Amino acid sequence: MSQGLRRLAPQLVTLAAVVALVSAFFPGFLAVEIADGRLVGSAVDVLKRGAPVALLAVGMTLVIATRGIDLSVGAVMAICGAASAWAVSNGLGLGAALALGLGAGLLCGLWNGVLVALFGIQPIVATLILMVAGRGVAQMITEGRILTFSHEGLAFFGAGDVVGVPTPILIWIVTGVAVGLLVRRTALGLLIEAIGINRPASALAGVNARVLLIAVYVASGLCAAIAGIVVAADIRGADANNAGLWLELDAILAVVIGGTSLLGGRFSVAASILGALVIQTIDTGILLAGFPSEFNLVIKAGLVVIILVLQSPRLGPGLPGFGLRAPRAAGVARTEKATE
Amino acid sequence: MLLTIRDLTKTFPGTVALDGVRFDLAAGEVHALLGENGAGKSTLIKCLTGMHARDGGQIALDGQPISPGSTQEAQALGIGTVYQEVNLLPNLTVAENLTFGRQPVRFGMVSRRRMHEEAREMLAGYGLDHVDVARELGAYPVAVQQIVAIARAVALSGKVLILDEPTASLDARETETLFEVVRGLRARGLGIIFISHFLDQVFDLTDRVTVLRNGRHIVTAGTAALNRVELIHHMLGHELEMAEARRGVQRDGPAMLRAEGLGRRGRIAPFDLTVRRGEVIGLAGLLGSGRTETGDVLFGRTPADRGALREPDGTAVELRSPRAAIAAGFGYAPEDRKTDGIVADLSVRENIALALQARRGWARPLPRAEARRLAEDYIRRLDIRPADPEKAVGLLSGGNQQKVVLARWLAMNPRFLILDEPTRGIDVGAHAEILRLVGDLTDAGMSILLISSELDELIAASDRVIVVRDRRHVSELVGEDICTDRIVQAIARPDADPEGARA
Repeated sequence: MSQGLRRLAPQLVTLAAVVALVSAFFPGFLAVEIADGRLVGSAVDVLKRGAPVALLAVGMTLVIATRGIDLSVGAVMAICGAASAWAVSNGLGLGAALALGLGAGLLCGLWNGVLVALFGIQPIVATLILMVAGRGVAQMITEGRILTFSHEGLAFFGAGDVVGVPTPILIWIVTGVAVGLLVRRTALGLLIEAIGINRPASALAGVNARVLLIAVYVASGLCAAIAGIVVAADIRGADANNAGLWLELDAILAVVIGGTSLLGGRFSVAASILGALVIQTIDTGILLAGFPSEFNLVIKAGLVVIILVLQSPRLGPGLPGFGLRAPRAAGVARTEKATE
Repeated sequence: MLLTIRDLTKTFPGTVALDGVRFDLAAGEVHALLGENGAGKSTLIKCLTGMHARDGGQIALDGQPISPGSTQEAQALGIGTVYQEVNLLPNLTVAENLTFGRQPVRFGMVSRRRMHEEAREMLAGYGLDHVDVARELGAYPVAVQQIVAIARAVALSGKVLILDEPTASLDARETETLFEVVRGLRARGLGIIFISHFLDQVFDLTDRVTVLRNGRHIVTAGTAALNRVELIHHMLGHELEMAEARRGVQRDGPAMLRAEGLGRRGRIAPFDLTVRRGEVIGLAGLLGSGRTETGDVLFGRTPADRGALREPDGTAVELRSPRAAIAAGFGYAPEDRKTDGIVADLSVRENIALALQARRGWARPLPRAEARRLAEDYIRRLDIRPADPEKAVGLLSGGNQQKVVLARWLAMNPRFLILDEPTRGIDVGAHAEILRLVGDLTDAGMSILLISSELDELIAASDRVIVVRDRRHVSELVGEDICTDRIVQAIARPDADPEGARA
């Protein structure tokens, strides 16, 4: 397990540093108390509000590990939230609402996966299609309004709690652990990394690259569906225009902070989730620290740049735990290839 | 001499690409540069055009030592290059391509009239009078594009012209047009370096030939003084002293696989082939002759579009994909191990276990301890260095990477293993080890198809040798006939071997 901890060290150090920074401006940041039988506090708020990006980052990690990218996840969130909200507002019951929401996410993932794996379209282009069209689909479901509902069962997934812990926190923890175990306790993780690093060589070794590629986009679609349901449940309504807006970029950023290369290959689901928490801590921290709201995006960008520079193999200051992203062995291979 | 190269040396991690190579080019000559893959042709050209910095040696142009640091610098010195794939911009006009980067400017704007004039001047003497310089380049055939590229290179540099496989995508008539242009340039006093693996064209066009092999200069001679057999001898060579030739008798074990008219249009003509249990079939031929294509078809990498591969009992073996071939008990160590063999960022352990894991399916992971035992076992048996199963395979030397790819397939225990150039670019020690391994494996009943451009290797390891030429299996040699002379003759003139020839 020490190996796993070493992999996560840069992200843990980063998170600790960001938490310390926020605490310096807002001393009560880590304080947690129990009110009305629920955990409340800024840190709990970060864990809860970070749920959508953490969920998206889980699926995005797998996609990026195959050297792909999924720009559609924000739009897929809107579609799936709308589908679930439509189901309960038409009296279909909780089971149908969840099935419709998750089913929509699965279909969206399948669409992306087929475009990428079977038709060979570049992932950034293939998922751009659904990124643009997806909001239109969501608007068709909500008929252009914000589709509100009052269904306690569905609202539980966004606003409820289990023995005091807000449900969204439990959902991303369960999803992250389940996916993490799925890829590491089976051979999926190795096979995904192999096709991300060298797809022709993996295919010659008998790895079924097409099926795996479709599978990672489906996984990303399902993660986006869960995130979409959580967001819709939280506000008790589906907002086709704003649900998940720009969250695909935060999810990609979380994966990058998590140390997974956009060139594919080695990945860590846990590190990406830590990356998502880093982003949410920055978002929440800037508000808590009382900066004027117009500074938010600039401060966030500044902090992200600092984090990425510290983590980069070239500029890493040699701190233990930083600059851990090993220079890619493929780079060596490329130089040697020049021998021909 | 227009261009003289002496003692040119270039090393890359793990290999010596050029080892004290010399090369001369006179003004007004076409000089062929020949060699198999990995011989050092490309590296020599890249050192000459500034894409690689050389490690040692001298290059002199017109007697002045030069050290170009970039393609632009080489161009300014007078050295221009035209590659196999036309590297112009097909969506710009012919004139824009010709004058790209130095368009005539008037009042800060490109003057189209002057640009077209200049372009027409540049094309004069190339027999392209029918070409409208205002039209898009992409509208013209590849041959015309190739000549435009040459015209541009000549105008920009004007002393040395390097043609790197310029005829690869041209038909016979287009090739002749191109050759007329090249002859015209020779008459104008340019020195032309011509790289091609079409020997007919070398004999047709060039004045002198230089052959490289394994990064070393082998011979420079007047083309007229060479015959085809000698030339192939030089290219494929035989200098490695093999311990002992294989039994030299044809093995008559039971047939295990039978290819009947197996082929794919445009890649390999239909061929028959019987694979017996425990035999090594050598596949000899020049680069581009159809040797790799034969392996590709037999492994489902480019599925055959005619014929069938059958078991002894007549059932057809499905060869739609590598996965299907693996399911049938085949293995394939490809020619280019960097791009098609290793997965560089994964560890030695993961690379060795990859094919095995892919066959088991994702839901049944190979336990880590077992994968490690497997890796340690093969690291010991194949002497893979460093002996660290967790090292990323991309950090290993070429020979050790090759052993890892071999280990991946040996772990599968295939019944039919295709090895495409298994010893290219690896040191002599590893070379002998891999050949010894081939012998051990066949003793244990595995059948091997050995594709190689090294004749000694084929002679030492093969029970039978199939010769391919022009994407066709032209000859089969057995027993006493497996010798350098017979193989070279068969490659040079397929008809010279009537009893083995099978058109």
